[in-house]
Amino acid sequence: MDIAIIVGLDVISGIASLVLISAGLAVIFGMMKIINLAHGEFLMLGAYATVLSVSAGVNIWLAMLVIAPVFVGLVGVIVERCLIQFLYGRLVDTMLATWGLSLVIVGGTTMLFGNTIVGVASPLGGFSVGEYQSSLYTPFLAVMAILVMTGVWAVMRYTRAGLIARAVMQNPDMAATLGVNPARVYMATFGAGAAISGLAGGLLAPVAGVVPTMGAAYIAKAFITVVGGGTSILWGLITASGLFGFINQIAAFFTTPVFGEVILFIAAVVLIRMLPTGISGKFFKGRL
Amino acid sequence: MQKLNEMRVALICAVIAAAGVIAAPYYIDLFQIMQLTVFAAMAVLALSLGFIWGYGGILSFGQTSFFGLGAYAYAVAAINFGDSTGAIVMAILIPVIFAALLGYFMIYGGVSDVYLGVITLTVSLILFNLVNSTAGDFYKIGDARLGGFNGMPAIPTFNMPGDPGYILSPEQAWTVTGLALIVVYIGLRVLIASTFGRIIIAIRENETRAALLGYDPRFYKLLTFMIGGAIAGFAGALYVNWGAFVSPTIFALGLSAQIIIWVIIGGRGTLIGPVIGCLLMQWMVTAIGGQQALDANFILGAILIVFVLLVPKGIAPTVVDLVKSRLPKAKSDTANSNAKVKA
Repeated sequence: MDIAIIVGLDVISGIASLVLISAGLAVIFGMMKIINLAHGEFLMLGAYATVLSVSAGVNIWLAMLVIAPVFVGLVGVIVERCLIQFLYGRLVDTMLATWGLSLVIVGGTTMLFGNTIVGVASPLGGFSVGEYQSSLYTPFLAVMAILVMTGVWAVMRYTRAGLIARAVMQNPDMAATLGVNPARVYMATFGAGAAISGLAGGLLAPVAGVVPTMGAAYIAKAFITVVGGGTSILWGLITASGLFGFINQIAAFFTTPVFGEVILFIAAVVLIRMLPTGISGKFFKGRL
Repeated sequence: MQKLNEMRVALICAVIAAAGVIAAPYYIDLFQIMQLTVFAAMAVLALSLGFIWGYGGILSFGQTSFFGLGAYAYAVAAINFGDSTGAIVMAILIPVIFAALLGYFMIYGGVSDVYLGVITLTVSLILFNLVNSTAGDFYKIGDARLGGFNGMPAIPTFNMPGDPGYILSPEQAWTVTGLALIVVYIGLRVLIASTFGRIIIAIRENETRAALLGYDPRFYKLLTFMIGGAIAGFAGALYVNWGAFVSPTIFALGLSAQIIIWVIIGGRGTLIGPVIGCLLMQWMVTAIGGQQALDANFILGAILIVFVLLVPKGIAPTVVDLVKSRLPKAKSDTANSNAKVKA
């Protein structure tokens, strides 16, 4: 019984971390239809912002929940202005440019901070289920995943900015005719997506080894989740994270984490064969 | 007619290059021959992406998957067979089978360019993690231990076909690798000039129109993808033959990015472009390796961004355009055709 609870917790934490590491990517993909290949580096920058703030004496909650997203959000806006805006309509070139950006950020961070692992202590304690121990940080991550999803939903559903964003998402030309400037919406979207990635990176900092190349450990799962989910930000992300997180954790429990990832990938490729536009392309078309 | 002339020029160049390959060991010292060998192996890899991207319109972000699989297939087979000839066949066969499976799911699923790029990239990431985790005695195929993160050392290099006792010297290995590059180049040239080549170019230009003419784009794209996988796998065998060593870093993101950079800076839609791009970048990366101030990733990334933004066509086509614009008659020709394309 205890083991079932622990595996259940594992599944929940797997799904929650998938939601967190993919949310920023999903927002950018859903709105702009581009895949930001520097996504892993945005996560990494968020983690570094957290670690450096904490070692400078800032409260860890402030560092994770405020400094990391604000800093990476700013980076996102700068990147959009200096790079992405010149490549609108050239989807593949955008991917290539963001891949170049990813290498630049990894190389730059390595030059600044060296290729060594830094980290912060996990802020919450642990709890036990029978003879098994687990960290309180796991349920905290799940709560944060739900909060991020709710936040995206509330902004999109109830604010004027969300209304404009949804209009541009559905039909950029029509939105432009009605006086919206899609370029500005895209800039804000990229910044928001980057900020969410930064938040995820900050939240991961206590449970991950923070190195310049840490992004590569997450992007495979994030890419699979977003591609499997499709362009609908919320529904695609929730369904794909739920499905893939479950498969991944169960497979990892019976084999190894690496084989869990392989099985997750095979499941995703089979899914893509059946639903080439992702889960949401089939079942939640045109929804958020 | 012009096509025939181009073919003739290419053949003459190839013969000159082949003569250069054979003559090189008499004029260049061993260290540089070794350098050239790995450059040539990488140039074969560049050709594989140059072909499927430039002519087939398939942008694979994970061409290293096939390169690495070829390298590992060669290593495992060479250790087990004790003879490199069958191992080279395996180095081509295994990546082709993998490309057929992966390509079937992606291409017959009809995924977009963006998805295809992301999926191929993800494959290389996962293969990296997978091979990385194969340390220990449990993971061995026949006599070959995969070795996980440490890789596989002391892999038998090429021997004379049919005579496992006769191991090729480094100079002979260079001749084989250099000639292999030329043979792959000519082979692709011929393939592109054939009916198959014209069909895949038609599909690249307009998939719907090609389909309406009775060619199944999915089938031809899958074949293109598999040919690319075969060439990349062969390049993997050449690479292992150079170093007698393979480790999971062969699947790493940095190399995947480099292949794309070779093709981009050399020029998409040409075959000589990727080779030039590869040689230039290999030479530059070797030069960067000697200093500490700038990180190699940083420079690679910056080059990729600059080329995507400023020279999207790559060096070879840009140079050709420049030369053409110097000739007054050709200039008005290109201007006219450009105008037609825009209209």
